Amino acid sequence: MTSAQGSISVGEEGDGLARPASRGRSYLGEGYTIWSWLSTRDHKRIAVLYGISITLFFFLGGVAAALIRLQLLSPEGTLVTADTYNKLFTAHGVIMVWLFLIPSIPSVLGNFLMPMMIGARDLAFPRLNLTSWYLYMAGGAIIMYALLVGGVDTGWTFYTPFSSMFSNSHVVLCLVGVLVVGFSSILTGLNFIVTVHTLRAEGMGWFRLPLFVWANYATAVILVLATPVLAMTLILVGIERLFQVGIFDPALGGDPLLFQHLFWFYSHPAVYIMVLPAMGVASEIIPCFARRPVFGYRFMTYAILGIGVIGFLVWGHHMFVSGQSVYAGMVFSLLSFMVAIPSAIKVFNWTATLYKGRISFSAPMLYALGFVGLFTVGGLTGLFLAALALDVHLSDTYFVVAHFHYIMVGGSVMAYLGAIHFWWPKITGRMYSEKWGRVAAIVIFAGFNLTFFPQYLLGYAGMPRRYYSYPAEFQVLHVLSSAGAMTLAVGYLMPLGYLAWSLRFGKRAGANPWNATGLEWQTESPPPKENFDAPPTVVRGPYAYTPDLP
Amino acid sequence: MSPGFRLMPETAADTASRLDHLALGVMLLTGAVALGVLFLMIWFSIKYRASSNADRSHVPAKGRALEIAWTVIPLLLFLGIYAWGAIDYVSLYQSPRDATPIFVVAKQWMWKAQHQNGRREVGELHLPLGRPVRMVMTSEDVIHSFFVPDFRIKQDVVPGRYTSIAFTPSRPGEYRLFCAEYCGLDHAVMGGKIIVMRQAEYARWLSEGPRQPGMAARGFALYRQYGCSGCHDPGSSVHAPELRGLLGRRVHLQDGREVTADEAYVRDSILLPAKDVVAGYAPIMPSFAGQIGEEDILAITEYIRESTHDERTGQH
Repeated sequence: MTSAQGSISVGEEGDGLARPASRGRSYLGEGYTIWSWLSTRDHKRIAVLYGISITLFFFLGGVAAALIRLQLLSPEGTLVTADTYNKLFTAHGVIMVWLFLIPSIPSVLGNFLMPMMIGARDLAFPRLNLTSWYLYMAGGAIIMYALLVGGVDTGWTFYTPFSSMFSNSHVVLCLVGVLVVGFSSILTGLNFIVTVHTLRAEGMGWFRLPLFVWANYATAVILVLATPVLAMTLILVGIERLFQVGIFDPALGGDPLLFQHLFWFYSHPAVYIMVLPAMGVASEIIPCFARRPVFGYRFMTYAILGIGVIGFLVWGHHMFVSGQSVYAGMVFSLLSFMVAIPSAIKVFNWTATLYKGRISFSAPMLYALGFVGLFTVGGLTGLFLAALALDVHLSDTYFVVAHFHYIMVGGSVMAYLGAIHFWWPKITGRMYSEKWGRVAAIVIFAGFNLTFFPQYLLGYAGMPRRYYSYPAEFQVLHVLSSAGAMTLAVGYLMPLGYLAWSLRFGKRAGANPWNATGLEWQTESPPPKENFDAPPTVVRGPYAYTPDLP
Repeated sequence: MSPGFRLMPETAADTASRLDHLALGVMLLTGAVALGVLFLMIWFSIKYRASSNADRSHVPAKGRALEIAWTVIPLLLFLGIYAWGAIDYVSLYQSPRDATPIFVVAKQWMWKAQHQNGRREVGELHLPLGRPVRMVMTSEDVIHSFFVPDFRIKQDVVPGRYTSIAFTPSRPGEYRLFCAEYCGLDHAVMGGKIIVMRQAEYARWLSEGPRQPGMAARGFALYRQYGCSGCHDPGSSVHAPELRGLLGRRVHLQDGREVTADEAYVRDSILLPAKDVVAGYAPIMPSFAGQIGEEDILAITEYIRESTHDERTGQH
């Protein structure tokens, strides 16, 4: 299926070459008023709306992170009060998880690219797609309001009975915001599933789908199956808090571990919601810049499905020291080792894709390789936490903080930036400064490692999470981490500058600046509203790259 | 607890060195995988960079054997680590029969401990060197977590139930106790000091301090005060289960289950009497939920434990 023979035929000419797909205007020229954007049903414009919104939330969550790192420069923690610190890390978690990471790649790039990658004109339900964005913004506004009127001090995990009976902050308001954002996720998931099932172009069989589509498809299934459990759990917390109905608080006859089971039944699969699309991105970028078909395409799809399925069965590994039964711990530990296997397969396949390639190191490739490296470290350190006895020591320490930031920031954010750099010419029709793109990628990679690697050491040394002050012996590592965070902040601000610059001054990109083979590159940049002049016919699998040609 | 920089926690309990071995094993394995992947990525990146003239012909068409190899080999290695971690984990919860129980009650934001002879302490915990101890813990409000990095021990302390963990302190000294589960405003300063003492010193320490009745004696007083004796005393006219020798015994229940009577069982029987009704008895016991505190329940439990060896009904 990765044979280099055959061609993608677009329209009736069937030459497989890039050519002007439309004589009309690009999707960006379909209307210039604010209202034309707020009422659009074009998946590409909705993707841009999402892109702007999540960027805003990313920097808001980043400000909270910066304040956290400043506070931790000194062991006494004198910058902000304990209460403010607790509200800062809660705000950081809630914003980054629900308002940035979960929607990031699917809602921005999945939304923009999936219809084009499968040769469709739009998602199956364009109005529902816009509804998803409005729900997301409404939920985001409620969460922001909750933070502005006083904040929430429960942590993003809302553990009971603290959240339901003890916290004096705006918990219910925040829960409502997350609930509304959750519905946005469910609708997006539903839309993606129906789109992939019904709108594939002629000849686009399941095993001709680009891995980015596979990854977003699996993500969509997880969104639809897991998010309702989160919604239900948040409602139960709200009921206990508002009406003192005993559900989670033992003083009322409830069970606090029940909350953890329900919460992690959503929130562990949510990790895969955040990282599967990132894997999809890497699987597009690496073959393009290695000029090689992705190694082991079928195994890559099975790995995606394996992660999706087993990912639902490992939630109890967040609870090894919670008091759950020893036998449950043993089963969840075993399954956690199992879920590492498909992730390992993907890393090995990306590495093998480089073999005998013709590799160039453009900015998107640097981000993608950075993703693979950091994801590998994050994944392997996950094995420390999956090993039962070790988790007893490491659970709820900075080791855990480092581990999941390697997956979510080193993995997902790095891949998101790679994707933005790879498809920026397609989305905007312009090229950014390649030099600045590479510099930013390197600064981010270095800053990231300086921020989070010391946290592994802190964790093993015994530094617990969510402390506004700490014993002096941990200070050296905390200062290193804070220095890294400042480097990282500079790295994240750089793309804002050169990407904005490119919108006005960037070179015109042309349809296919990277000589990539995906269907989305067979149409103009930026694409016309209908994506293609006529529905394309697909006659070969994805990744028809050969290293002999540039 | 020197204020200077430290990278590794102290090794101050049997569990610490066991866990460090496991950590080293996992690190060598994962480190080898990480270095292998990194090496290949860098090697391929240099050798097959766009400007090189390396040979790019004869790429294997099918990689099935390779795929199977790199699925199965990591799987076997992972299963090995799994088993290692699981065995060490189970031993944390299987306390030796002679382990000394020590009772910990956590609340926002302090640690309270009580020893069997009645000595209590707050924010400090004295432990005997070289003797297995079993922490029996509960919380009065939200979830906390008992974390001693120098022992590599952590156990959540959950309201509404007992959790326990066993270990043997192996080095005298002072160690930090942290709360590891976020519990609100002063979570970060909900610490404590663990003091490991040689056994003779520990015995002396236990007998010092303000004179107070032993836990079991206090439990006996509470047993009378709450009216437990009215039904549970051997001579009572009410048909209620015998409590002497209860702890550690297998108990047959009305619904056919059989459980081992441990601290959690006694606690449940006091607060949720309908949950585990003993076979052959009517469910007539009233619930004491909301009327009795966690520390009183622990004292009554100790009285029941003591009465196993002592027919004098708790007279010391």
